[in-house]
Amino acid sequence: MSEKKNWMPRWFYQLASPRWSYDIMGKLLPGFTVAALLFLVVGTVWALAFAPSDYQQGNSFRIIYIHVPSAVLAQSCYMMMAIAGAIGLIWKMKVADMVAKSCAPIGATMALLALATGAIWGKPTWGSWWVWDARLTSMLILLFLYLGVIALYSAIENEAMAAKSAAVLALVGLVNIPIIKYSVDWWNTLHQPATFKLTERPAMATEMWLPLLVMVIGFYCFFAVSLMMRTRNEILVRERRASWVKELVGKQ
Amino acid sequence: MNPKRKQRLIIVLFIVFGVGIAVGLTMFALSQNINLFYSPTQIASGEAPHNTRIRAGGMVVDGSVVRDQQSLNVTFDITDYDQTVTVHYDGILPDLFREGQGIVAQGELDSNNVFQASEVLAKHDENYMPPEVADALEKSGNMPKPEAEVYNK
Repeated sequence: MSEKKNWMPRWFYQLASPRWSYDIMGKLLPGFTVAALLFLVVGTVWALAFAPSDYQQGNSFRIIYIHVPSAVLAQSCYMMMAIAGAIGLIWKMKVADMVAKSCAPIGATMALLALATGAIWGKPTWGSWWVWDARLTSMLILLFLYLGVIALYSAIENEAMAAKSAAVLALVGLVNIPIIKYSVDWWNTLHQPATFKLTERPAMATEMWLPLLVMVIGFYCFFAVSLMMRTRNEILVRERRASWVKELVGKQ
Repeated sequence: MNPKRKQRLIIVLFIVFGVGIAVGLTMFALSQNINLFYSPTQIASGEAPHNTRIRAGGMVVDGSVVRDQQSLNVTFDITDYDQTVTVHYDGILPDLFREGQGIVAQGELDSNNVFQASEVLAKHDENYMPPEVADALEKSGNMPKPEAEVYNK
């Protein structure tokens, strides 16, 4: 127990250094920016112009190309925020707290986007903007959890305190993620079950799900870009008294 | 891992799994309340209350839709491939409404076990496909149909 054995990979400990994280994110940013732009542009054009329309819903089903990626990302982002928060709690790693803090606004935006596109899609197909079924309600709770985390960060002055409370809230809310995922399987809902399943082929024609996959990858790349930009900002603000930050600012 | 970190790790795991178990049990107890609608089987077996606003969901039975020529009155049957319930509705149906389509209706169950709907919503499935593929599947009789389970959980 007491021996100082490194049982986590080296980069995990290097990430604890704000300066090292700042530099490595700076190096990764251009690649992810190009990838995000490429995937999103190709995906959008493919989805809107070349993918076939649906036999029942016609062209209105194309909103799936924004709805699904944003909903998937809202949930992944939440898991990332909770894991980063847990690492911050356990290892007292400042960079992990900064990552968790940077996740919240991005995830909240994605959750809102998923809810909004869902409502816009629901009106013409189901005949209603909103129904209190399990999937829609649990997604709304996800948005509220994000807002709660953001509120905690801005309400608590002390950074370490704020990070700790937000991380606990994020961990408590983690229970909502499997509920969102399985709500359509466990209960009667108006929302249809998932098109993509891990064990089966997608319940969708190939020429329809390929652009969707491209969009999902594009959204993830975009998430990486905006997360790294936010985290780098956060590092600069919190480390503003460190000599390397002063040097960096002095250079510009 | 030093004891301090280990202790904090245990607290974090305790939060995640403790909350998970608590919420899981609560939802298991409330599972009927979380369902958006009653299935035809539940209605036929008398589980659904009469004269209260409830929702019923199922597939519209082929050939069961009867429209009144003078008004918007329409009657159709919904099924979960096990039991069937007759629905009566006076209003404009959603665009996706058709025979063989899933719907969720809001309304009241009258004393004759006929569902008097005040709102009908279309429930589509997750099988998206281009029109040509749908035609081909229809002709060969391989059109995917939602399983009864989708309407009866």
